[in-house]
Amino acid sequence: MPDRLEDFRKEIAEWIAENLPDALRGQPRNEDTICWGGRKWEFRSQAQKDWLERCHARGLTCPRWPVEYGGGGLSRNEEKILRDEMDRAGAPSPLDSFGIWMLGPALLQFGTPEQKAEHLPEITAGRIRWCQGYSEPGAGSDLANVQTRAEDMGDHWLVNGQKIWTSYADKADKIFALVRTDRDAPKHLGISFMLIDMETPGVSTRPIRLISGASPFCETFFDNVKVPKEGAIVGEMNRGWDVAKYLLTHEREMIGGGSGGLTSGATLSEMIGDMDMVAGADPVIRAQAMELEVDSLAFCLTMERYKDMAESGAGVGHASAMLKYYGTELNKRRQEIIMSTRGSEALDWGEGLAAPWLRSKANSIEGGTSEVMLDIVSKRVLELPSK
Amino acid sequence: MERLVDTEDEGMLRDAARGFLDENAPVSAFRTNRDAGRAFDPGLWREMAQMGWAGVLIGEDHGGADMGHRAAGILAEEMGRTLAASPFLSSAVIAASTMRVAGSDRLSQIAEGTALYALAVDEGPKHAPDLTAMEARPEGNGFRLSGRKVFVADGASADRVLVLARSGEGEEGLTLFDIDTARAGLAHTAADSIDARDFATLDFENVEATGEDVVGEVGGGLAALAPGLRAGQAALAAELSGLTAGISAMTLGYLKERKQFDRTIGSFQALQHRAAHLFAEIEVTASAVAHAGRVLDHEPERAQLAVSLAKARATQTAKLAVMEGVQMHGGIGMTDDYDAGFFMKRARVGAEWLGDYGHHAAIVAAMRGL
Repeated sequence: MPDRLEDFRKEIAEWIAENLPDALRGQPRNEDTICWGGRKWEFRSQAQKDWLERCHARGLTCPRWPVEYGGGGLSRNEEKILRDEMDRAGAPSPLDSFGIWMLGPALLQFGTPEQKAEHLPEITAGRIRWCQGYSEPGAGSDLANVQTRAEDMGDHWLVNGQKIWTSYADKADKIFALVRTDRDAPKHLGISFMLIDMETPGVSTRPIRLISGASPFCETFFDNVKVPKEGAIVGEMNRGWDVAKYLLTHEREMIGGGSGGLTSGATLSEMIGDMDMVAGADPVIRAQAMELEVDSLAFCLTMERYKDMAESGAGVGHASAMLKYYGTELNKRRQEIIMSTRGSEALDWGEGLAAPWLRSKANSIEGGTSEVMLDIVSKRVLELPSK
Repeated sequence: MERLVDTEDEGMLRDAARGFLDENAPVSAFRTNRDAGRAFDPGLWREMAQMGWAGVLIGEDHGGADMGHRAAGILAEEMGRTLAASPFLSSAVIAASTMRVAGSDRLSQIAEGTALYALAVDEGPKHAPDLTAMEARPEGNGFRLSGRKVFVADGASADRVLVLARSGEGEEGLTLFDIDTARAGLAHTAADSIDARDFATLDFENVEATGEDVVGEVGGGLAALAPGLRAGQAALAAELSGLTAGISAMTLGYLKERKQFDRTIGSFQALQHRAAHLFAEIEVTASAVAHAGRVLDHEPERAQLAVSLAKARATQTAKLAVMEGVQMHGGIGMTDDYDAGFFMKRARVGAEWLGDYGHHAAIVAAMRGL
């Protein structure tokens, strides 16, 4: 490894040692410990607040973003080192948000200088929490069928319609949404990618209670919502589908986001405990766990290989749909095995196993179902005919 | 560590190998060999050796090309794609890797392609080196070997055989020998293997082995064998990965061409989703195979997990690919005139050779604390 990277590793390890509050060290990652930020955010502890502010000041909430927007300006290799050192120190992610994962990359690719300057620093600092308004009751797998309308009223857009499955809409400050700006165009070509403040009159949300008991998703309603035109649309008007597609591909390539390799992350054995104690008498469960372990490790390596492919310029393109398909199906298998190894113990909500098991069923639905992913692979990668 | 994608040199090696094999060892050449009752074509092997393939894992001081395990895997993948039969795995990978660590003056003959080796480990229907029972009875300064080895790849054509035998109790009681196959008391019986390659049963009856025939240390047979076994398992996984690519390309071609109900059968979503799922399994396995080569090149002492992962995955994916291949071809896939069956039979042999799925999945699970 070049000296420059070794120096960086040393520097970042020292910085983490000095700045990571002890209270956060080695915390499990869950809804009680994640920091989402935003105007309505209440920090879980002073330590969480300190950690966010220190990381932001160092550009570490968005390590790869340009420094001028509050990012770290790091290279891929530096980011990998940062992640390794954060893992090693047991440091939690300082900030999670749809702004970091989705809107930011879209703005960096399609945004005007003004849009970048307005929104990116708010995201890196954790001051604005974004949510994603894509799906509608009649536009699930057929996402391009969105019907939420934005009418041109001269100085503003008048938005009417309904979104569904909006993650954390009730907690978000702003929404990036796919809205129809041309009703006469073919359905992929009349959609724009629009930024809307959730505090605008006419925007309302209603949480949806899921089978897991949680309500991370909402319905979002737009009732004569006036959106000022200035900077409202990202990318070209009526070409929002391009932005959405870019983001979906980006999202699929980023799935997992772990550092890959064979030694990172919790092993299945750590997650289910001693096999001999819990499932020693059941050779079938044991065999299923062994098979899952083989497939999971190979999948970790595949994420690493796809990142290498993307970095080397070979491109991954539509094959990233495969990662989304495989990774989510693996996670469902994992949750099933965890449930069956723990038997009746796992059936009590208080044990905390049932909720993630039920939640995992959404993995292969949200962000494009497994069946849509298989369609993409067969048509775009394998080029199988349509008739 | 190097990335999991091919380097520029590796890409060139792959292109050169593919060009050579497409021209000189297409699946039709395998069919010709099979029909002639020939396990491999010695002329083809000479040409492979001239290109440096026989010395891919041998140092330049012994006349090798010293390209490493990932490169050996790329060659094996390309050979798997066209079912090219050769002594590559037995001699250039398994024997070369074993002898390189142990140190041997026969390395240069392996690199030239003139010394053909076989590995004799299995004694029953499943690969289990630590359960080796074959007797190595001390006599004078040497040993006498007696017992039977089965499923010995290239066992009928090899000049020399690496044989694991029991010289004492327990795991420390195994010794690896390097024996001339012409030695008195050693007889082979060629098996009629479904993949039409050379597999043989070797019977040892009081075969003399001197101290000079010991590879590594007396009692250190498993350790002496480990580098060769791991290298062979990784290269076999690569061959299976190439075989999978070969049958899948045939199957996709058929899906795009065959018409029923006035439609191309590849337009049916039921088949599209199965083909897409197979693509996913192929991609995931390809990562494990590339990774095993990388780890063998950079951290050989820590390679067992990576190698077993690759062999386990490659075995399962090849099985899926050949089953889907035959099924999607329909009746023609069942005929001997069509090539799909060749892939299925080689995949079954490759599944068992050097440890099956269960053997390697158990190693992975144990190393991961399951």
